[in-house]
Amino acid sequence: MKITIASGKGGTGKSTVAANLACTLALSREVALVDCDVEEPNLHLFFPAAAVDVPVTTPVPEIDLARCTFCGECGKFCRFGALSVLKDRVLVFPELCHSCGGCSLVCPQGAVGEVPRTVGRVACSCPLPSLTLISGVLNEGEVQAPAVIRAAKLLAQGHPLTLYDASPGIACPVIETLEGSDVCVLVTESTPFGLHDLRLAAEVAEGVGIPAGVVINRSDGQDEATLDFCRERGLPVLMTIPFSREIAAVQNRGGLICRDLPGWEERFAALFEAVVKIAGVSP
Amino acid sequence: MIVGITARAAGTDAPVEQRFGRAPYFVFVDTETGKAESIENPLVDAAGGVGPRAVQMFSEHGATVVITGQVGGNAAKALEAGGIKAYAYRGSGSVADALAEYSAGNLQPLSLA
Repeated sequence: MKITIASGKGGTGKSTVAANLACTLALSREVALVDCDVEEPNLHLFFPAAAVDVPVTTPVPEIDLARCTFCGECGKFCRFGALSVLKDRVLVFPELCHSCGGCSLVCPQGAVGEVPRTVGRVACSCPLPSLTLISGVLNEGEVQAPAVIRAAKLLAQGHPLTLYDASPGIACPVIETLEGSDVCVLVTESTPFGLHDLRLAAEVAEGVGIPAGVVINRSDGQDEATLDFCRERGLPVLMTIPFSREIAAVQNRGGLICRDLPGWEERFAALFEAVVKIAGVSP
Repeated sequence: MIVGITARAAGTDAPVEQRFGRAPYFVFVDTETGKAESIENPLVDAAGGVGPRAVQMFSEHGATVVITGQVGGNAAKALEAGGIKAYAYRGSGSVADALAEYSAGNLQPLSLA
């Protein structure tokens, strides 16, 4: 089973939920936890361990000058400006390339080949006996987050139970993370901002046809607006984490509440049972 | 020699546009014949990478000089590789005014480094 933890809004507690859920589940089964927030992965802070790095490459164009006639077709085709065809040369801006392969297809001379270019890496570690942590890391200045997310998810293939920690937002990286998931956990907070972005994230999950449930984090007990929204949309509220100094203290030193505070291991185990129920597949 | 000037509209009376890749029009003037050709820039609303693509258009039109307000890093790289010199015009005048300033030697070259 594959579970995505997403949110829309940043800072709602996706990684907290993902890390605690993974840690709890790893007590009784094999779990793969994939950090798909490749622009700023941070799950390794909860689970320090030595990692093995696998580079992630994407294809970028390389011009065969023996064949190129400088006709300019590739440059006109590329909507990202990765190729600039001048009178006697073709400039390639690999960092602008989205690896669509279109330049290679439109070239009438077959002069555009592809070469791999490293855009990031995937770090794999085993911080607990039954937990595999797979973190996607996009290199600074790169745009191809989905390529790194794909690679991280690929390395988790074959694990019977996988958690994907998504990036905030609802753009390409989140869609890439959701791809192939059985169920989505949306972490929110009871603020106008949390609710606004929960609405967007819920629409995305619905749009890609993945059943979803909600975790309300940092609740001050006044969650009516969020609860109303969840009722309207038929989204089950799977768990509520209170706004508490005790929880914040554990979190702030990189600890896990399922390990450090009594009762939370059971609550995360119950969260998993609730998630399995809405996923409609066997774990 | 063909000089390309970034402009807000077509023709040599149009005001000069300070942006390079997202200028609404490019006006190409042949300094020998005085003939001007205006091209509507299809890249105005493009997502990104407009600089190098605009340079390719200047190159296709045979321009060896560009007059504009400022260019970005990728455009600068492409201009340099294409042997196109860029000059800064920061006034509020027309394409014709900018060209006159250029011909009088009053415009500073834009640093492409």
